[in-house]
Amino acid sequence: MGVFDPVIELGRGLAETLRSFLFEPTVTIQYPEEKREVRPRFRGRHILHRYEDGLEKCIGCSLCAAACPSDAIFVEAAENTDEKRFSPGERYASTYEINMMRCIYCGFCEDACPTEAITLGDNYELAYTDRRDAIYPKEKLLDPAPSADMSSPRKVEPGVYNRSVPEMKNPSK
Amino acid sequence: MSKQVTLSINGVTAVVPEGTTVVDAAKSVGIDIPVFCHHPKLEPVGMCRMCLVEIGRPMLDRATGQAVIENGLPKIQFMPKLETACTNRVSEGMVVMTISDKAKDGQRGTLEFLLTSHPLDCPVCDKGGECPLQNLTMAFGSSQSRFIYDEKNHLEKQVPLGELIWLDRERCIQCARCIRFQDEVAGEAVLGFDERGRNTQIVSLSTPGFDSVFSGNTTDICPVGALTTADFRFGARPWELKAQASICTQCPVGCNTTLNTRREAKAGGDIVIKRVMPRQNEEVNEIWLCDKGRFAGYHYTESKKRLTKPLVRKEEKLARGSWSAAVNLAAENFVKYKKDFVVLASGRLANEDLFNLKSLADTAGGKAILYSDMGGGDITPLVGVGQGTNIGEMGKGDAILVVASDLYQEAPIWWLRIKQAADRGATLIVANPRETKLDKFAKYVIRYAYGDEVKTVNDFSRKTKISDEFAKAKNAIVFFGSEGLGLNGSSMLASACATLLKETEHIGKPNNGLVGVWQRVNDQGAWEVGFRPEPDLEKALKGKAVYIVGADPVGDDPALAKALKGAKFVAVQDILETATTEIADVVFPAQAFTEREGTFTSGERRVQRFYAAVPPKGETKPDFAITSQVAKGMGVILEGSSVSVVFDILANSLEAFADLSYEKLAEVRGQFPIVGRGDLYYGGTTYGNTQGLGVQLVPTAQAGGAVHISKIRKEAALRPKENELLAVPVSKLYDRGVTVNPAQLLDRRVGEASVTLHPSTAKNLGLEAGAKVKINLDGVKAEATLKLDDTISTGVALVPRSMGIAIHEPVVAKVK
Repeated sequence: MGVFDPVIELGRGLAETLRSFLFEPTVTIQYPEEKREVRPRFRGRHILHRYEDGLEKCIGCSLCAAACPSDAIFVEAAENTDEKRFSPGERYASTYEINMMRCIYCGFCEDACPTEAITLGDNYELAYTDRRDAIYPKEKLLDPAPSADMSSPRKVEPGVYNRSVPEMKNPSK
Repeated sequence: MSKQVTLSINGVTAVVPEGTTVVDAAKSVGIDIPVFCHHPKLEPVGMCRMCLVEIGRPMLDRATGQAVIENGLPKIQFMPKLETACTNRVSEGMVVMTISDKAKDGQRGTLEFLLTSHPLDCPVCDKGGECPLQNLTMAFGSSQSRFIYDEKNHLEKQVPLGELIWLDRERCIQCARCIRFQDEVAGEAVLGFDERGRNTQIVSLSTPGFDSVFSGNTTDICPVGALTTADFRFGARPWELKAQASICTQCPVGCNTTLNTRREAKAGGDIVIKRVMPRQNEEVNEIWLCDKGRFAGYHYTESKKRLTKPLVRKEEKLARGSWSAAVNLAAENFVKYKKDFVVLASGRLANEDLFNLKSLADTAGGKAILYSDMGGGDITPLVGVGQGTNIGEMGKGDAILVVASDLYQEAPIWWLRIKQAADRGATLIVANPRETKLDKFAKYVIRYAYGDEVKTVNDFSRKTKISDEFAKAKNAIVFFGSEGLGLNGSSMLASACATLLKETEHIGKPNNGLVGVWQRVNDQGAWEVGFRPEPDLEKALKGKAVYIVGADPVGDDPALAKALKGAKFVAVQDILETATTEIADVVFPAQAFTEREGTFTSGERRVQRFYAAVPPKGETKPDFAITSQVAKGMGVILEGSSVSVVFDILANSLEAFADLSYEKLAEVRGQFPIVGRGDLYYGGTTYGNTQGLGVQLVPTAQAGGAVHISKIRKEAALRPKENELLAVPVSKLYDRGVTVNPAQLLDRRVGEASVTLHPSTAKNLGLEAGAKVKINLDGVKAEATLKLDDTISTGVALVPRSMGIAIHEPVVAKVK
């Protein structure tokens, strides 16, 4: 081994660094200033959706909680009135909580939902400093209302929203 | 024993009594035939066509009438079409095929029809998860429907049938179980069908809607989510509920119940009771429960007025104190006023609590008083109904006498079962001063004037058609109550009834004897452990050191409130804040029956266990444990940690309870019909009994002991003067009692304090129905709404108990 060998080796290494620094595209991004697009089938934090008229899709049926393998969802239902309507039909979720520490993001809740009220979105920013913050209540999960007068609960005309599960078309047609 | 019939079902041989339906026969050998309209407690109608099966019968030779034998076996002739297994009774040699292709095809087709217009409500339906239609569709249905989706028939949803039951007309499959239950079992035809064909729908025929105290049962037997209760509406999904066995505390029947619990965010994360369901006990409540038990049964245990901490009076005000401070204060005072120590307890308490209280009173030289206006509990242990009594077995040749009790209002499930015994042919004799709902089913109705109760029963010794039939009956039970009677009157009545039973030799056997229609769940148990009511309670409390447990004398009666104000010391132990806790020197918070274990003794003297369903509230303790602590402070040692040990001590010291233990009370046997979780489609959502059927105590007469019925001194009957009325206490099912009041759902049915007069009496007084009247009960003044009833006699005023007017016994009254 010659005297200059270590210097040559060092030079090679530096050259590699210099090459990748100057000629290769960067793969890292500046999170959180910069955010990466997620894949189409990515499963992130849950979203509770609304219909176009602003009423909640969730009817408090608890099937997501029943399907949940890690028992992360807790639902309590109550009755809608036309004076104070949250969702179409008779029933709405008065309490809807997901414990994000328990959730394994399997998406079974999404499969179980009869009104497509819950989907797993692309939000993965779920850091918290208090364990209690890991429990997401309905207010945090619910989509924002399209406008202030199309929010829930709201007063509606009697007899219009009498069906919980939306009118479905014949699937064979 | 009826004739046995042998038949073959799917190749399995079944031997069942003659007259059994094919469905029930199959059930007995573990074969499930799907049913909707069929219910083992109802007459078969064959309306839903779900139970289609192939039935073959041995072919008979027309000439000889003998079975045709082919290859050494009887030749079986099958009907060309499928038959309903629920309407066909078994016959000798019958061959049934329930899973042949033809049968399965028929069942699948029926389900397809039933689902043509059934809405996809399962996610929001309260029945979803325990729904026979869901279950049977999964087990027997087709995955495809040939019907056009857009042609679904839409009917009205969310229809209130009264304030307790909701109807969804779209979900109904027209099985008529609810209508048939009301007609056949409850005997109140308040439901019916309207319209025809696809538009057939259930309607309520009564005002107010669904006017029956058994309405909740229709939601149990409804095989779909058409009928649901307002109490549980969207309360939880059935699979989220935990179940714990309990006993209903609303009346002396002692119905077996199941409490369904769930953790709830609304309740601050506590485990709460979501609903009360009946639990099968064919000897007590079968699979039924009255609306009071179902809708008022638990609300009071979750009331905001629950006591959760011990309170001690400091400078005229009740303030929070520690357990030790409260217990020591009470014990000190009870020792200090040893000669004046009085324990006043009610039949709301469990046997163990009452036993500890009685032991304390006896050892400390005090007096144990039962807070009750009804006597006769010392006679029922002698001539009570024999062990093995089951009203459900009574029928032709048996007799039931109901005297001075409106059972529909006082003990609905007894009413139901007696009504059914009468339907089966039992001779029902109703003796009451006014018309009651039981009259309709009675063979003989005896009317007497208030005050003539004893005379009416004694008249059975004279030979009449009625007394003759009663005396000759195979079995006879007498139910005596306290309609229009106070302590003395009911004691005399009990004695007269016991004498009648003894003379006609209707004692000491099952289905024979005396039953007291008590005002509280465990009055019988209180008598058994030695508590006795006091004729002059005012005098017994005045100037004494009183330990009041599970009673509200101050709220019930101003006279008792006055007496207690003059007491030396008052310690109150209760679960709720009451008027009595307000005047107390020390208050002990007790656990409700839903939070602890214990036993109750029913009116039929059946000892039954209840279990803890929810965790205790705050710092509450069970009654027996509090008593044991107080006793310790007084130098008396009582068991206070284990309720089963208290029961063992009780069983050792009371002869009637000998040999009983918690294990024995928890024993179960197979019962028919088979209900429970695995058999949802069959008998309804009633829970099967896995935690104990209880044990009936043996009365002295059955044990072979001497029966001596003591004569009770007769008091002169009250004779009101010209311008006065005789006010008599009557019992009402939905009253303002502390255990009913917190159930807001029943508010409308409770109504307000009333006084009932004969129309002509009211006319003479110049009063009209609905008027506010002032009533003066021998010095006690109250206001009430006037009601009229032309079946009562003219000189009386009916005053309901527990509705805010203090009345313990018949008194002279003025109404204006």
